[in-house]
Amino acid sequence: MKELIKKAASLLESNTVQVVIGYGKGSVDRTRAIFITNAAECEQLIFDSRCIQNLAVYLTKAEIKKLGKPAIMAPLPVLRSILQLAAENQIKEDDLIVLGVSPESELVELESLAAIETYLSTKQISIEEKYQTTIEAIKAMPVSERFAWWVKELEPCFKCYACRAACPLCYCTRCTVENNQPQWISVASNPLGNLEWHVMRAMHLAGRCTDCEACYNACPMGIPIHLLTKSMLQDVSDNFGTYGPSLHMDNTLSSFNPDDKESFIR
Amino acid sequence: MSEFEPKIVAFVCNWCTYAGADLTGTSRIKYAQNVKIIRFPCTGRIDFMLLLKSFGEGADGIIVSGCHPNDCHYTSGNFHARRRWIMFRGLLDMLGIDVRRIQYSWVSAAEGAKWADIVNTTVTAIRELGPYTDYAKVAGYLEKEANV
Repeated sequence: MKELIKKAASLLESNTVQVVIGYGKGSVDRTRAIFITNAAECEQLIFDSRCIQNLAVYLTKAEIKKLGKPAIMAPLPVLRSILQLAAENQIKEDDLIVLGVSPESELVELESLAAIETYLSTKQISIEEKYQTTIEAIKAMPVSERFAWWVKELEPCFKCYACRAACPLCYCTRCTVENNQPQWISVASNPLGNLEWHVMRAMHLAGRCTDCEACYNACPMGIPIHLLTKSMLQDVSDNFGTYGPSLHMDNTLSSFNPDDKESFIR
Repeated sequence: MSEFEPKIVAFVCNWCTYAGADLTGTSRIKYAQNVKIIRFPCTGRIDFMLLLKSFGEGADGIIVSGCHPNDCHYTSGNFHARRRWIMFRGLLDMLGIDVRRIQYSWVSAAEGAKWADIVNTTVTAIRELGPYTDYAKVAGYLEKEANV
């Protein structure tokens, strides 16, 4: 961590970057994102298991871009998001400096996007066994029961869109839920609107989601929406053999293979 | 009590299935009347939300149909659509939305008989499944609230 702080401070001092996006102390025992513009303040940077917010979400925000070129603290989930954002042409190589953070809280030097991809290639996304079990259990329910289960799970949703705000890949400046002439998806908390919102959110992340769980962590009601994206991640892998972000592969839904296989089209 | 008549919405592409359905008619082939056909420029244009919206508006079943692979008027719209359907179907299944109620098919402009068969078998299948009450309950929530 010391090394990372030193590196961040030197980047600011040399004016290579104008802002460092990192984790700092939050209220009580929480951590939060901090934006450091003064080298002396780099001492505030911390990293531990509480740092679960995905900082990559700030890279596409106009307010942060205004601050100048950023250096960003990037543990694994953030690195994956950065790679996906780059694959979607949302960020360029020279737009940022990545301060990789290993699971042991050590600085990982990653000079380029290609270096990130190489680093991540040994750390493939894998859906934890507990989630696999849960997803299998849900899929094993009879269809009516499964539907009722989800309607109940989604019931507490009051469309605060924290899941959207926390997701680095939900960067559209105008979202489908803001289409209101006519209102495409009800903004009120009701079963139909809640269902439609979560179907739409999951579909728009199909083949793009990097499984950082920021959406689930941000949800004030603890709705297991990450199960939807995890299930889709599995579907992408099963059907198209791709898994996780990559600079030289097209996104699942913006590309195709003439030989794609399915079993349900007559 | 009259027999349950399924309400079926068909999302079809202009270049193949719509012309195919036209051929069914000009060939004087009779088929079930339960289907409301909505014409799209291409299967690639069929937003997944439109399918959900039709269930929300009371459809019991849905048909989505377009050009066979390699036949797309826009060269690749149906390939993109196929990937989208594969992902969408998986998500709906995960959510417990009855994927048996959505029939996907490739019907070319020359396959009038196939279109009649697709509609007839879908209507039979949906008739067996019955009205889509699970979704109707969820969709009817607002109406019920307003009536209280």
